[in-house]
Amino acid sequence: MLVINSIEKGIVIDHITAGLGARILSYLDIDTSKHTIAFIMNAESKKHGRKDVIKIKDVTDVDLANLGLIDPKATVNVIDGHKVIRKIKLEMPETVVNIIKCKNPRCVTSIEANAPHVFRLIDRESQEYRCEYCDDIVSMKEER
Amino acid sequence: MLKGKHLLEPMDFSVEELDEIFDLAERIIEDPQKYKHVCDGKLLATLFFEPSTRTRLSFEAAMLRLGGQVLGFSEASSSSIAKGESIADTVRTVAAYADIIVMRHPKEGAPRIGSGFSDIPLVNAGDGGHQHPTQTLTDLLTIRYTKQSFNNLTIGVCGDLKFGRTVHSLIKAMSRYPGNRFCLISPEELVIPEYVRKEVLQKNNITFREVRRLEDAIADLDVLYMTRVQRERFFNEEDYIRLKDSYILDADKMKLAKEDMIVLHPLPRVNEIAVEVDQDSRALYFKQARYGMYVRMALMMKLLGADEGGVN
Repeated sequence: MLVINSIEKGIVIDHITAGLGARILSYLDIDTSKHTIAFIMNAESKKHGRKDVIKIKDVTDVDLANLGLIDPKATVNVIDGHKVIRKIKLEMPETVVNIIKCKNPRCVTSIEANAPHVFRLIDRESQEYRCEYCDDIVSMKEER
Repeated sequence: MLKGKHLLEPMDFSVEELDEIFDLAERIIEDPQKYKHVCDGKLLATLFFEPSTRTRLSFEAAMLRLGGQVLGFSEASSSSIAKGESIADTVRTVAAYADIIVMRHPKEGAPRIGSGFSDIPLVNAGDGGHQHPTQTLTDLLTIRYTKQSFNNLTIGVCGDLKFGRTVHSLIKAMSRYPGNRFCLISPEELVIPEYVRKEVLQKNNITFREVRRLEDAIADLDVLYMTRVQRERFFNEEDYIRLKDSYILDADKMKLAKEDMIVLHPLPRVNEIAVEVDQDSRALYFKQARYGMYVRMALMMKLLGADEGGVN
């Protein structure tokens, strides 16, 4: 059994769908040369069988806005004094800008370089987003 | 209040806003002379990044008949786009010259980009295979002016229901009015997309049936909307040959139809309606083109804030 100590202050991103931890870590864009980070892959989970976990020491102000897009099942715990002071349940954002790119070759974003790639959530269940311009539908389940 | 709005998709306007446009279009049909100076001094810019003679001429004729003037280009090679200018910059510049913009572009969503940089109304005149809202306005005005109502009609849509964007828009638009029923006539290969069946028809409890042969449905219809079945859509030649005649409207099939059924077609027609049908008083597709001009007159008047007395 691998043991990672609890942190005094920082954030713990738990219940990450196994395999998505690396994408979340990359999205958070944290300077790994400055911070202490524990990244656990394929940990045993009572709920999901397997999960990834990320612990980041002494950092509490990460941009969580689009984390739900990568994995809506993950949870974020903000830790201070070894205690969970805030639990954040991630949700799929209603609108995402410049996170997903439209792959429809007929979409105007394929030629208009400065146009932001805007997607709006159309179905939380199927995790589908629609391109603001061409209406092309992207399923985040398939994207992962 | 439609003044100053953009029109990018057929469903951008409410039923009430559409009624305003159709009421005005019908008044124009009844007395076009009364409107020949209501847009005096107004300038329409037609930005056609791909050629479309029919739609461009319809818009230009509409503005000229309102007393306004027209400037623009009819293909991308004669525009600043050829020098690498963005859509955003082109629209922003033209919006400084004109009072209203009509834009056609081969890329889907291009007019939406443009509308974000235009402080004057911008109308989508077709963006690739995506949206063509003024075609839907044309179809709706033709139905309303001829049938005097949008309610309790049996509407047959025939041909390529899978890729035909005008068909999808018409079904969505007519589903907003009470009592309408649909008859979806197409080969198996070209049936209506699942999202239209589920999200529009089933969700709104609209009565519809799907049939394979026009002969089996035509007798029930109040409106028949024809589209072309293209050979290249079929998986094999054998199926195409077996099915193609079922989707060609001719005088024999018209004998089965009601006396007051109307036949619409977005044009251009190729061979899906036999030329002999053109003589039938129920064939409205060329009149429909004229109504297209009238509805564009009404639309531009509304977007510019003009009424019978001129621009307010």
